[in-house]
Amino acid sequence: MAVATAGAVNAPKKSRVKDRQASMYPIWLLYPAAAIYGILFLLPTITSLYYSLTRWTLFNSEFIGFDNFIQFFQEPFLYQALINTVIFAFVTSGLKVVLGLALAVLLTSPLIARDFLRSVVFFPVLVSTVGVGITFTILMHPTEGVINETLAMIGIDGPGWLVDRNLALYSVALVDVWRGVGLATVIYIAGIVSIPADYYEASRIDGATRWQQFRHITLPLVRPAMFTVIILSFIGGLRLFDLIWTMTKGGPGFSSDVMASVVYKQYQSGFYGLSTAGNVVLFVLIAVLAVPLNMFLNRKVVTR
Amino acid sequence: MSWVKKYGLSAAAIAISLVVFVVPFIFIIFMAVKDQQQSAQMDFSWPTSFHVVENFVQVIQARDFMLITAYINSTVITVTSVALLVVLSALVGFVLQRRVTWWTPWVDFFILAGLMMPPAVVPTITLMQQLGIFKTIHGLVLIEVAYNMSFSVILFRNFIATIPRELDEAAIIDGARPLSLFFRVILPMLKPVTVTVIVVQTVAIFNDFVNPLYYLPGRENATVQLTLYNFQSQFVTEYNLLFMNILLITIPPLVVFLFFNRQIVAGMSAGAIKG
Repeated sequence: MAVATAGAVNAPKKSRVKDRQASMYPIWLLYPAAAIYGILFLLPTITSLYYSLTRWTLFNSEFIGFDNFIQFFQEPFLYQALINTVIFAFVTSGLKVVLGLALAVLLTSPLIARDFLRSVVFFPVLVSTVGVGITFTILMHPTEGVINETLAMIGIDGPGWLVDRNLALYSVALVDVWRGVGLATVIYIAGIVSIPADYYEASRIDGATRWQQFRHITLPLVRPAMFTVIILSFIGGLRLFDLIWTMTKGGPGFSSDVMASVVYKQYQSGFYGLSTAGNVVLFVLIAVLAVPLNMFLNRKVVTR
Repeated sequence: MSWVKKYGLSAAAIAISLVVFVVPFIFIIFMAVKDQQQSAQMDFSWPTSFHVVENFVQVIQARDFMLITAYINSTVITVTSVALLVVLSALVGFVLQRRVTWWTPWVDFFILAGLMMPPAVVPTITLMQQLGIFKTIHGLVLIEVAYNMSFSVILFRNFIATIPRELDEAAIIDGARPLSLFFRVILPMLKPVTVTVIVVQTVAIFNDFVNPLYYLPGRENATVQLTLYNFQSQFVTEYNLLFMNILLITIPPLVVFLFFNRQIVAGMSAGAIKG
């Protein structure tokens, strides 16, 4: 009897819940947000797929198929930007993952002035990138900059950080790490402090060393935070524009150009089609490198 | 021996992080108060004479008080976009968390796309020209709202998931309509996450350089970051003024940080991890 009524009542109840959901959480509440996002972000993203196939200048646009993309792989300076973007993303995210973890371990151990140090490491995240770029351009001046003058005092002949073709990209990458490692550190710290203290206590009773504790407790349990840091800094590295632009403008020559700076340069010179193609290449790069990375790392978290 | 090793190591680590992270800021302050000759040497030295007021006045007066205009513009843009972001993303987060239907995965996909994908610049500019909002302050406000929506929605949705549904049920039984349910029951409970969103987005939009560069070119509407960028080429020989400018633009985020340190760190890490 009870089972039968429950079954009979269940079906209409379910649809009533749905109706009530629809009436209490109506879709029209989403419309303003969806309009702004759809018109100003999604729509241009979709039309960019068409514009990237055109020769498009101030005055007219003409359909030219895949010529813009072919140009990206044939012109050495465009191709180099593509390679530079990938190198930059790998170098900066790699350094942020490692240094961020080191700093987080340091800043979660009992220290004097620990909170102050945490703030100090995090503060560059909040500072104007343009300001950081200008400051480090001057600190990295090849002959009179503070960095090279300090190196000279201990007898090292400092390199031409931003004027050396082979080094400029890596110098900017170092500054990007300086600016962004604080965010990686706080994400790691949030992960580390959520590890139960019992684990460390139990392992200490069993005679584990600090290194063993790090290797077998901290490292495995901080993995979700580490994945977040990898994804965030990798995508940030692929998209970076402001720091490159204020420090080197892609120079010397085209040696530190990345996709985002190429997009801006082509836009400035009026090659709108080529600029948009650059944008599409950047989408594809992120889709090809970052999305699978995201899925792979998330799956690992779930199965564990 | 092990005592020396243990404390020596952490002392060294602390010293290195202090040097690496603090020296550049002290450098900015020193440069900003030096006179022109001393700042031209670009070295890390104690200022021989202090010119705080003088440099400050000169930077403010440069190019017809451009920095003042820029400060006003940046403030208007930041305040308006953050206000819009908070209301709109809280609504989206609310409906998305409470109501799961067939289109939920699609919305999730678009949120993720907004978080990861770079915007297509030139088509956006063309579109804004057609709508008549290119090179306007309100145009940039809408852009900032569109580009920062995903992050805010994720923060709000995660927080709303911790508010029990029974609360909604009770309000509904008491006769609440959708808008009064949201504004009178849900929104007041969102205070912690709202503070986080406000602080994080304020800093991000105030510091934004790329979007004003593309969508708000021209002098009359310059933002603080654009002004600083333009001063870089104008003050090539007057580093003291350039650094005074950097200092003035760094102070607002510093103030925000001093007051909301906890919320910023919590918000950035929570949004990142759960997102």
